[in-house]
Order: sequence, then C-alpha cells, then structure tokens
Amino acid sequence: MTRFVERHPAWSLIVIIAVAVVLWLIFAVWPPGLEDAIGRKRVFLNALFNGITLGGLYFLVASGFTLIFGLMRNVNLAHGSLYLFGGYVGYAISASTGSWILSFIVAFILTALVGVLLQVLVFRRMEGQDLRQTMVTIGLSIVFADLMLWACGGDFYQIQTPNWLIGPIDLPLITAVKSSGEPVYLRYPLVRLVIFLASVIIGIAMWLALNRTRIGMIIRAGVDDRDILAATGVRIQAVFVLVFALGAGLAGIAGVVGGTFQSLSPGEDIRFLLASLVVVIVGGMGSIPGAALGALIIGLAEQLGSVYIPTYAIVVTFLIMVLVLALRPQGLLARR
Amino acid sequence: MLKGSLGLIALSSLLMSGTAFAQEKIKVGVTATLEGTYTVLGEDGIRGFQTALNVLGKKVGDKELEFVIASTDATPDSAVRAVRKLIEQDKVQILLSPLSGDEGIAVKNFAKTHPELTFINAASGAQETTYVDPAPNFFRYNMDGAQWQVGLGKYAYETKGYRKIATVGEDYSFIYTQVFGLVLEFCGAGGQVTNRQWVPLGTKDFASVIAALPDDVDAIYLGLGGADAVNFLNQYQQAGGKAHLMGGSIMIDQTILSSKGNAKNALVGTLAASGQADTWEDPGWQKFVKDYQDAFPPAKRFPSPSLLATNYYGSTMALILALRQVNGDLSDNQSKYKAALAKIELDAPNGKIKLDSNRQAIGTNFVTEVVDDGKGALFSKVVKVIPNVNQTLGYDPAVFAKIGLPSRTVPECKKY
Repeated sequence: MTRFVERHPAWSLIVIIAVAVVLWLIFAVWPPGLEDAIGRKRVFLNALFNGITLGGLYFLVASGFTLIFGLMRNVNLAHGSLYLFGGYVGYAISASTGSWILSFIVAFILTALVGVLLQVLVFRRMEGQDLRQTMVTIGLSIVFADLMLWACGGDFYQIQTPNWLIGPIDLPLITAVKSSGEPVYLRYPLVRLVIFLASVIIGIAMWLALNRTRIGMIIRAGVDDRDILAATGVRIQAVFVLVFALGAGLAGIAGVVGGTFQSLSPGEDIRFLLASLVVVIVGGMGSIPGAALGALIIGLAEQLGSVYIPTYAIVVTFLIMVLVLALRPQGLLARR
Repeated sequence: MLKGSLGLIALSSLLMSGTAFAQEKIKVGVTATLEGTYTVLGEDGIRGFQTALNVLGKKVGDKELEFVIASTDATPDSAVRAVRKLIEQDKVQILLSPLSGDEGIAVKNFAKTHPELTFINAASGAQETTYVDPAPNFFRYNMDGAQWQVGLGKYAYETKGYRKIATVGEDYSFIYTQVFGLVLEFCGAGGQVTNRQWVPLGTKDFASVIAALPDDVDAIYLGLGGADAVNFLNQYQQAGGKAHLMGGSIMIDQTILSSKGNAKNALVGTLAASGQADTWEDPGWQKFVKDYQDAFPPAKRFPSPSLLATNYYGSTMALILALRQVNGDLSDNQSKYKAALAKIELDAPNGKIKLDSNRQAIGTNFVTEVVDDGKGALFSKVVKVIPNVNQTLGYDPAVFAKIGLPSRTVPECKKY
C-alpha cells in the first residue's frame, strides 16, 4: 500500500478523492441540485448495493473458475454448465424438502462430485495439453446443456426464498428527508444482503485456506511451479482433484444463489461462463483477489449502467474488458 | 437436445421423402423461439401448432403437408437465418413464421425477396410489420401489440380509477407497440403516463430497475415476457413491492402465470388485456382449450393454452383452410392461394378474424383480471370483450398516421 503511494502519488490522490466522493454520496443527504442532475439518492444507493451484491454472485462463480485455471492451467469452459447444474439440483432439493440451506449443501456436494469425475475421467488423460482440454470443455458444455434441457425442459425455475428472508429491511442510510424533517431510510431486499455476506465469508475463508493452511501452501506452490512440487513428493493428482472439486462446488453454490435471486433456464450457463470469463480477464487469471475485484467492477458497471445509461448498459462491461486488455493485459491484480 | 431432435426430424423427413414419392407433398417451414429468453413461449407456440394439426389433419386433397421446424432466439437475424435455411435448404413453399416482434419486421422485409412464396405470420405482434410498407405475400392472422391493449386504458381509468401510471418494458418493437396502444387509450381518457422505463431483452437483474420505479403512481404497467417477467416478479417480491400492477399481453399469460415458484402471486388482481382470456366461456374457446389439454400430458403443457399457442393455432388454421379452398394449388407463384388467404374469415378460438387491405388481422380483444382458482393456479378472467378491433384502433387512418410509429417515446401522452 505505502509502496503504491510512493510509486504513484498522482494515482493515489485520484483514488483517495474518488473514494471520498463515493463515501459522501452514500452518507450525505443529497442537496436538491444534485438530485435534479442525476436523479434520486434512493436509486443511486440501490444501484450501488445491487452492483455490489451482483458482484458477490459473480465472485462465487468466477473464484472457482480462476482457482482451477491458476493451478491446472485448464480453461474450464464447462464451468457455466456446473453453475446451471448446481442451480437445478438446488431447485430439486428445495422443492422436495423445503430447506434452502440443505439445497446449498447438496448442490455443493453433487457439483463437486461432477468436478471430480471430470478431472479423473477426462482432464487427467490430457494433462498439459491446454488447447485439447479447452476444446473438450467446450464440447462438454454443449453436451451438458442439452442433457439439462432434456431433463429440465426450457422452463424457468426459481428457488423459493425462505420466508425469513423475503421482503426488505431498513438500512441506516438516509436517502431523503421528508418535509416534516423525518428521515427516510434505504429499504433493501434482505436476501441480497445475506447472499453478499455469504460470498464475502466464502471469499475470506478461501483466502485464509490458501494463505494459512498446509494444503493452501501446497496449492500455492502448485500454482507457482507444479513440476517442482510434484518432484518434492506431494501427491499432485490428489491436489488437482481437490481443487477441481472445490471450484466446481463453488459454481454449484453460485447456481443456487443465482436461482434464488434471479432464475434458472437454458442459456444461463453461457451467460455465467461469459460473466466469469470477463471477471477473471479484468481481475487477472488465476488470482482470487483479482476475481473479487473483477466481480465487483463488473457487477457495479452492469447495475449503475442499467440505471444511468440504460441503452448502452450492455456495452459498458465489454468496454471495461477491452480497456483492461489494452492497458494491462495480464489483468488488474495478476502477479505475472 | 431439442435442436438435436429437430435436426433428426428434418433428417428423417429428408429420408422419408425418398420412399413416399408417389404422393405429392407441400412443404411448410415453421419457426419458433426455442432458444433464449422466449424459449417457453416458443415451446407453447409449437404446442398450439400441433393442436391445430391434430384437429385439422395434414391432408389437403390428395396432397400431404410436410413440416420442417427451425429454432430462433427472438433476434431478427436469427429469424432471417432460420427462414433462409428453410427456403434454401429444405425447399419449403409456405412459411409459418415468426414468433417475436423484431423477428416479424425482419421476416416481412425478407419476404419481399421471395415474392413467389407465401409467408404466414405465426405470432409476432409489432405494428410496423404490416402497417409500414407491408409485403404483399405476408399475412398476419393475429392482432398487433397495440390492438391487444385495446380496452385496457379505459378500463383502468374509468373502472379502477387509476390516474397516473408508469411503465416498464422490454426495449423492442412488440413492447413499443403494446405501450403505444396503452398510452393512446389511457391518456386519451385523461390519464397520465409519468415515466417509461426500457430494459434490454434478456435482463436478469432488475433490482436497480425496481428501485427506480416511481412511488407516486396509481399503478405500474409491466411489458415483459418469458424469463424477464419471471425474474422481475421474483426480485419485485424480494424488494417488498406493493404497487398495483397492470400487464401486457405476454406478461399476463400462462407462460408466466404457471411458472414455478410463488413470485407470480404478486400478479393476483392484475389488470391486463390480450387477444385471449383463459376463462372465456365461448364454446369455440372451450373446445380449443380441451383439444390443447388432450393433446399433451399435464406435465408437458400449461393448464390452459398461452397466447402463443392460440396464435400458432389460428395461423396454422388459416394456412390449412385456405390451402384446402384452392385444393392445394400452388401454381402461378401461389397466386390463387394468396387470394384465398387474403379473403378467408377464420372462426378462431379467440373470436372471428378477418384481414384488412394490409393483410393484418381484425379481431376480438379481451380485458382481463388475474384470479387464483383456489388451488394455487392463476388464470386470466375476462372482464370485457371488445369485438372488431382494427389496426388503427378505431382512429381515422389519417389521424392515426399522424401519431407516429411506436417507439420509446411515441405516442406522447395526450388526446389525439
């Protein structure tokens, strides 16, 4: 941090000013002139929070994707299929048992299992052949998509939000002051906050696991140089299977989340594959903090874009990707 | 899978054409949105089409009809691609296409490059398709989006007492047409439309759109369809939305009313208008509902046909009945067939349909309200039936032409 400030004093100043402006926009009561210029504060705060919570969902999908890539150099283009599969499993469990929490657990386990099967039966046979693996994953994603269309049809599925999460809550953020002087607080859907918190917890847990545990150390070593790691006697294949299972399981969890606050239908697999590709390209392939930053940027861009420049909202995401590729092709937080 | 099986059907029909050469065949190409946001709508359209074949049969005199189905995704280029493939590869002579608004405009323009063939619109409802520079070989037996909103504005203003409304709609031609019909009538009656929001087709996260809805209005009109509508409702419920709702023709439709999950319950009591009403007591409608229900097992269909099924049914009916009138004669660039199509009057399930000089349907419209049947299933209950709705919505054609074409901001909220 201090090194960054020393090396780029001008940039640091810009960042600090931007952060200050955003904080002011969030906490201050907007003067009438500002409301006339860019709309009500409620809309801005909602878009901001929605962007952050959507970023949480993108992070869940993209973190598994980037983890698998980081360790195995395998661009798993079937990752979106794992997302959709997890969602459908979650729907089946929550519809039959009525338990939302249970649907996460089962979706995680089953998609992790699919991930293990993929790694053991398919990718182990073509280790180190990046292009072949990528082609195979494209093929698999098409096969999976058709299998799921056959099993679940083209219908839209929504996972039932549990009763205790339905509805909005008041946040201690003032959006406006009534003429009587009484403040109006921001009302925000509880379920999105809970999901965002969960993704933050998962993110921190992953970071801790990678940086503070023995297995995390092995994985990091594998990311740096897996041949040397294998030579030191670590059972690298077991590590690969574990990481693939974890990455796939995270996609499965994300599927349940996506099915709860959006919906599941054919085509979602491609959409989330594309989203996680954009996220990891922006953040840096193979980097977990990069995935978090990328997810946040893309989520915010989508939501703020949909409010303030609705016609061009779709372009914004890709503009960001193009900019990053042009100025910092390795991604914002990539190490190499 | 679906695409695969369609391919198989196409392949097997190719193989079979070799064995059955003794009998002359008439080839018909059908498109539906079997991919993307409107998948469910396309699937039910095909069900309506199949119901029509069950009822009417595939024989025309001594000729047999043969169908090739192609999939689109509601974008105009996908529709043109599918139609081109049907004409150039499958050599179809008649087209039943397409399903969605933007597709309709594109296919109509494409139809002009094949004046020898006949195009029968399957379900698309943008006004421009038949109103601006219509193609002489393009026939539409369903009403357009504006016709489908007739009655809604007045009913909302006079009976419900709504004075100010806001609209949210998908950003493409069919919804422009729907909002056009609504605004014209509601503002004509004296109401105000304060805000029109447009979202891209295929939007998943509506949270910010919902936050931007104004709270000082009596009702919010939703012009969404398919996955977008389901996502909107789900997030609307999570945000604790409580406003009165009004709905467009594909919003208040079995494609949404029978979706899984409980978000759709926000729609109970919603006012809407469409070319059909689920609970209409007309014997023709009831018979169609029964034919539809008998044709498919309950898990593979909606409790009652959607607007898309009804449109595909009506279009297929026109296709076959007119072909029978000319005894399958497609000689002379299908001129006899086209003449028969232009003249035919259909006794469709959703009321009588005839064509105007632009080959656009004049038909019956329904104002409805969503009710719960007591067992958790939602239906649209008819509150008003309006016969003989034409494309200029009862306006003098010269006045109507001055209003302009439906777009994000047209028409203005005033009395024309």
